[in-house]
Amino acid sequence: MALLSVDELTVTFTGRGRRDVKAVSGVSFDVDQGQVVGLVGESGCGKSVTSLALMGLLPRRGVTVGGRAEFDGTDLLTLSPGRMRDLRGSQLAMIFQDPLSSLNPVVPIGVQVTEILARHRGLKGEAARKEAAALLDRVGIPDPTRRLKEYPHQLSGGMRQRALIAMAVACAPRLLIADEPTTALDVTIQAQILELLKELVDQQGTALLMITHDLGVVAGLCDQVNVLYAGRVVESAERRELFAAPTHPYAHGLLGSIPRLDAPRGEPLKPIRGSINDTIAWTDGCAFAPRCDRYTLECLQGTPALGEPRTPGHQVRCVNPVFSRGVDELRETALESDAVETAGTAAAADKEAGA
Amino acid sequence: MSTKTDKIDRLAELTAAAETSAGAGLWVEAWRRLRASKMAVIGAVVIGVFVVVAIVGPWVAPYDPTAQLWRGEVFPNQNVFVGPRGENWLGLDHLGRDEFSRMLVGARQTLLVGVVATLLGFTVGALIGGVSGAALVLGGKVGQRIDTVVMRVIDIMLALPSLLLAVSVAAVLGQSLTTVMIAVGVVQIPVFARLLRGAMLAQGGADYVLAAQALGVRKRRIALGHVLPNSLSPVIVQGTLSLATAIIEAAALSYLGLGNPDAAVPEWGVMLAQAQRFFDSAPMLAVYPALGIIITALGFTLLGEAMREALDPKLRS
Amino acid sequence: MSLLELNGVKVHFPVKKGVLFDRTVGHVYAVDGVSLSVEAGQTYGLVGESGCGKTTLGRAILRLVDITDGEVVFDGTDLAKLPGEEMRRFRRRLQMVFQDPLGSLNPRQNIESILSEGMAAHGIGADQEERRERIREILARVGLPANALSRYPHEFSGGQRQRIGIARALVLEPDVIICDEPVSALDVSIQAQVINLLEELQEAMGLTYVVIAHDLAVVRHISDVVGVMYLGSLVEEAPSDTLYAEPRHPYTRALMSAVPVPDPEVEDNRERILLTGDLPSPANPPAGCRFHTRCPWKQDTLCATDRPELRDLGGGHRVACHWAEKIADGTIRPSANAATVVPPPAAEREEKETAAAS
Repeated sequence: MALLSVDELTVTFTGRGRRDVKAVSGVSFDVDQGQVVGLVGESGCGKSVTSLALMGLLPRRGVTVGGRAEFDGTDLLTLSPGRMRDLRGSQLAMIFQDPLSSLNPVVPIGVQVTEILARHRGLKGEAARKEAAALLDRVGIPDPTRRLKEYPHQLSGGMRQRALIAMAVACAPRLLIADEPTTALDVTIQAQILELLKELVDQQGTALLMITHDLGVVAGLCDQVNVLYAGRVVESAERRELFAAPTHPYAHGLLGSIPRLDAPRGEPLKPIRGSINDTIAWTDGCAFAPRCDRYTLECLQGTPALGEPRTPGHQVRCVNPVFSRGVDELRETALESDAVETAGTAAAADKEAGA
Repeated sequence: MSTKTDKIDRLAELTAAAETSAGAGLWVEAWRRLRASKMAVIGAVVIGVFVVVAIVGPWVAPYDPTAQLWRGEVFPNQNVFVGPRGENWLGLDHLGRDEFSRMLVGARQTLLVGVVATLLGFTVGALIGGVSGAALVLGGKVGQRIDTVVMRVIDIMLALPSLLLAVSVAAVLGQSLTTVMIAVGVVQIPVFARLLRGAMLAQGGADYVLAAQALGVRKRRIALGHVLPNSLSPVIVQGTLSLATAIIEAAALSYLGLGNPDAAVPEWGVMLAQAQRFFDSAPMLAVYPALGIIITALGFTLLGEAMREALDPKLRS
Repeated sequence: MSLLELNGVKVHFPVKKGVLFDRTVGHVYAVDGVSLSVEAGQTYGLVGESGCGKTTLGRAILRLVDITDGEVVFDGTDLAKLPGEEMRRFRRRLQMVFQDPLGSLNPRQNIESILSEGMAAHGIGADQEERRERIREILARVGLPANALSRYPHEFSGGQRQRIGIARALVLEPDVIICDEPVSALDVSIQAQVINLLEELQEAMGLTYVVIAHDLAVVRHISDVVGVMYLGSLVEEAPSDTLYAEPRHPYTRALMSAVPVPDPEVEDNRERILLTGDLPSPANPPAGCRFHTRCPWKQDTLCATDRPELRDLGGGHRVACHWAEKIADGTIRPSANAATVVPPPAAEREEKETAAAS
């Protein structure tokens, strides 16, 4: 069984005198022990709201949460606030995008780390301080004993994010949720942080739910990738499969629209037209239809079901999936292997003839 | 092709719901949000009632508020007062005058003091703040120096306790209603000046100001056409909130005996001051004007807070 | 001659302190001696991480910040020495597109007012009707509906707002447009629309761009020549393809290896150079080569003492490193303690998978 199993999670914001906003309209995915799962999508796709719902961090008023999210057998969505607090920090931990605003500016780093150790692991005094220093050391903060006395503003962005990670992993959580952990950082610092996260997952067997808009980050880090659009998973696949054969027109379009560092120059990008505002409700049909090149009337007959049109385990929510790129590649490899085979048999025949 | 138009029609139908009204500027949108706010409506109703009373009060008052028509029934020295009754809805004051009529007529004075004082503070304060802010935005050493000098003067004004400042102004100008208005208004000047200058300074660093500069727009136009209009919202909100404080401060000055020397002319602050002597035996005489002041001030505060929310660009949906 | 030439441009911001009278206690060396040239009709990409001075340099070209020293020669005129009013008139020919499409538009102006303001400032068009005609033309060109005129910035999506920002620059018919992070505030799917639009406009109108961005992939895609900045100075400059194929400066190599590529095959099979430490403060830059405090290839001589100048390696490839050739041919190896060179993770993963399978 999966460590975390999210099933048809919905989050609706109900403001006074405003129209209800469905931020998440039925998201399902699993995270296994020691696995890195990516939630990818652009702004407004519901990826951050999903993470907040899982952590029980959404405001209580004006928000309706539906569906199930089973973490090790208990439903996180119906847990009492007290039990959720116990779980947070000890079994579940989260890293946010902006490390500066996630740290208390008037309290030294050391106090913020030892606080967590005291609450969840019962460590006090010298023992807690030692453990805190060890934690900072492990996340690659040089001179940890001195750093413990410093305030957040004295640390650089990368160091702050490391400190936050140290706090998140202080109690060896079983699931770590990282919401755009590197978006506010420079690329060279991003590379360091991603490397650190990879190490933590490898060494501790922590499961990592990685929330990001950056497909490049996903390609290097995640085992399983879920692509979100307008509050629903539209494609879910193993990382290599997804990048080799993006099948939902949105995922396919997204990959075609980003400039790649290693791509030959001069080729124009193939953008997706329109914007996130050009959408329809999932109950009416596919929310991506207004921006989709493959749109037909069938797209408007309710929410398209998740299917596996290509390979088992590669789920796609689309009635007109894209096959071209993958199929072409498959055909090419097939032709190649054919050629090898014929060449091989020909050689064998030659040999026979020679003998 | 029919299927193609079909497809487009069907999509248009589904996306049409998301269309919003087009071409509405920020002021229009703020007005729309203000109307939707319960707080603003309650505040506006309270203020509306107050203003109507202030205007028509003298005509609808059942009796002459200055005439001691029932002098023989009230003996403050022996703690004999007359409470609410059929002909006098709120009873009689300590000199045997109709309290209800006095309240109605007194509203006008109170409103007058609040509005004139706030207008004075707003106009002079915004002018000073505007000049200072514009000087800063226009840049240059001269601009900075102008700003430094102006702001030090404002700082000194801010450093004095407002009531003390008002009392000193009143002491110089002598005892009259005009004195109260000027005193309360002067106290507001540094508040408005600081606020507008601060807002202009913040807006001066905005990207669109840089963009206008890059476009080659003249500096004067940048300061007056871009920075100033975008800095007004907090000042307008402050103006509304200030009406509440002005009314309370005017009442306080009257209470301290710096107001209209003609005690016969009803004014809520004066009424409150006079009633306190008899608070033990006739507490209601103090409660009526106090309630009047509180409810009116609350009305302005509610409207001001609602305006703050309506004008806040961050709260825009 | 090049259309735009920068010679030793320096922008130093004074750090002031004091209660009543400010006095200068130091300087932030935001841009510290940059020389480069931009050819007409080309795109020059400036890339670097936050704090490298690329934005300040872009603003210095337009004199939106004061230039401490050096020349900005545009079409034969040194802008750095131009008096205020003349500089203002020159701005018609040098325009800018900003990073934050919402923040750079005045929220109280409608689109017509935003777009006609520059024309009014430069006396283009006899009356509002003539200007409106021109605005309509430009709106169509950047792909905005004609009914946008009476609407306000907050009524548009991020991508559309950036189109408005581009249109605002275009109505003045400039020669050069400086694009400061033109797409970094936009969603991935929208970025491509704006990049393509910029390229189309360049082709159609013969524009010259200076594109400033932190995203190396975007800069490489759009630029003919790319300059890499670190702590206020240019460390490497080369034609876009050359830079990617043969990065010669250690910082460029580290930067390139850090950019994630959306392709697992690539990600699994490349070496990463992880820099240690943080960017030094531009108020107190290190002596010698600015990068030597974090450089994996740092040598005991020269690096800490002599500041390297940009040297031409041929083919328009300039690099500011004392040891560029020796690093390239492998004579100098990266030291282990200064940085971590992570082997491609593919090998590791395979191991893990076989272990799991058995």
